[in-house]
Amino acid sequence: MANYKDIIYGLKDKRGGIIEAFHALQREYNYIPEEALEEAARAFGVSQAQAYGVATFYSYLSVKKRGKYIIRMCESAPCHVAGADEVIKAIESYLGIKIGETTADGKFTLELTECVGQCQATPVITVNSEPVFNVSAAQVPEILSAYK
Amino acid sequence: MAEEMRLLLEHADKIDPRIAEDYIKVGGYKGLEKARQMDRKNLIQEVKSSGLRGRGGAGFNAGMKWSFVPPAEVKYVVCNLDEGEPGTYKDRIICEKNAQALLEGMAICGTAIESKQGYIYCRGEYPFVVELLNKAIQSAKASGALGDFDIEVRMGAGAYVCGEETALIESIEGHRGEPRFKPPFPGVAGLWGVPTVVNNVETFAALPYIMTKGAEWYASIGAPKYPGTKVLTLTGDVNNPTYFEVPTNYNLRDVIYKLGGGIKNGKKFKAVQVGGTSGAFIPEQNLDTSIDFDSMGAIGAALGSGAVLVLDETRDIVDIVTRISKFFEHESCGKCNPCREGTFRCREIMEKINSGRATEADLNNILLLAKVMKRAALCGLGQAAPVPITSTIQHFGHEYRRKLLQYA
Ligand SMILES: Cc1cc2nc3c(=O)[nH]c(=O)nc-3n(C[C@H](O)[C@H](O)[C@H](O)COP(=O)(O)O)c2cc1C
Ligand code: SF4
Ligand code: FES
Repeated sequence: MANYKDIIYGLKDKRGGIIEAFHALQREYNYIPEEALEEAARAFGVSQAQAYGVATFYSYLSVKKRGKYIIRMCESAPCHVAGADEVIKAIESYLGIKIGETTADGKFTLELTECVGQCQATPVITVNSEPVFNVSAAQVPEILSAYK
Repeated sequence: MAEEMRLLLEHADKIDPRIAEDYIKVGGYKGLEKARQMDRKNLIQEVKSSGLRGRGGAGFNAGMKWSFVPPAEVKYVVCNLDEGEPGTYKDRIICEKNAQALLEGMAICGTAIESKQGYIYCRGEYPFVVELLNKAIQSAKASGALGDFDIEVRMGAGAYVCGEETALIESIEGHRGEPRFKPPFPGVAGLWGVPTVVNNVETFAALPYIMTKGAEWYASIGAPKYPGTKVLTLTGDVNNPTYFEVPTNYNLRDVIYKLGGGIKNGKKFKAVQVGGTSGAFIPEQNLDTSIDFDSMGAIGAALGSGAVLVLDETRDIVDIVTRISKFFEHESCGKCNPCREGTFRCREIMEKINSGRATEADLNNILLLAKVMKRAALCGLGQAAPVPITSTIQHFGHEYRRKLLQYA
């Protein structure tokens, strides 16, 4: 695993690049660990409160530990009318967790999201940012069992 | 008239958007060449007279916007690829099919306003588009086509409000994406306080064609006051939920019945929401309207991003609008009170109505609240948030009343 300091200092010269650093940290750890957030604040010359304020403003960023696979269910209107609610229920019951939770084995985290821009194939979920198209409740076990 | 007119998407899937040479083979970068030989004032005048208006929703004349940029040592060209409006994916399609046209368009703008640096602000949900764009930029730089104009891609992180141009600028600067007070407008004091032109992907990508084929030619396509083509994305209960590029005087009914192939499963039409989740819901009697900016405005709707959400007769409008009200509560940045508090109350009242616990007084309250928000909210998010509610109370009031307590 790359050192979070290398990740942050590799981007330090990008003006206003703290959000880029947060993205890079999330690609590595799936969330922004506290020590890394503090280090990023130092590197980009902002207070810890400011860095925390930025990280928590954006729904794509998380300061809370998450699972290996982050499932995000789109619940915007086009996915809503295509049956997003049933898909959410199916995922919750398959994984035995509620929205916002992580499975006990640390494998899956379930989140809601607004439109992810793949509305040609609603309803849509993303797994670690990869979209999965035309998801039906019945397909949920098959789709999720592919993630090892 | 039921044909598409492909201008930006003419070579879709026939060229590799990452490779500058592919694009050059079909006439690419000729527009930039021409722009560079022109006097700056004439170039801006050319774009102005093409009638090209912003495709990001506000419909402002692009050349006019550029003409306000004052002299300064450093200026920036910023492309808005935040595309957060639910039901919209046209900017992604333009990048995936014709990214080089976007780069060329940004460089044309750079020539017009004398900027050497562009930024593309790409939404966080599109990491694969970031990758594509970085390759496209590398290839364009290597080919020499971009000259000394540089472009950097920055990523958003899942905040709808960052599509608003000043919030977008805050975000590139590494801050929370909260809109700024205007004026000053970005054209005067934008990114890091210097003059900055912000345009939508589709706006930039139209520029190469305006330069090569001429402003007069462009101005003659589609609706005279909002000329050119528009990329639409169809969702909901249509047989053909995909994207199309049409001239701007295309008829809304034809969008649904010809391009969209009509309503799915032989059902009847109920409503269409144009412009994404912040748009108005339009009933059957208004379908014979041209999709251009002004015609949509005249029926109390907005073309917006060009998203078209079609609902069949079985859909529960009040339930859908309740979902939409949650969207705005979630996406309000909280900077100003009318929106922070207003989107919360809208959602609360919509849930009350939707669950059959409301009375006529709640309907009156929500309409009053909508008025306050439209006038007092700081940015377009809070101003547009009540539109789905007010437009459906206006056109589908019976569906609301059916859910009120005294009728239950
Ligand atoms: C809440 C909100 C969200 C917006 N989202 C977008 C967006 O995703 N893409 C976009 O191009 N413009 C968006 N806009 C409009 C921009 O503020 C701005 O007008 C536009 O980028 C200017 O480009 P144009 O003149 O080429 O349309 C949004 C505006 C508001 C108020
Ligand atoms: S209108 Fe809403 S989103 Fe816009 S500044 Fe006010 S609180 Fe933020
Ligand atoms: S509405 Fe779900 S992906 Fe766009």
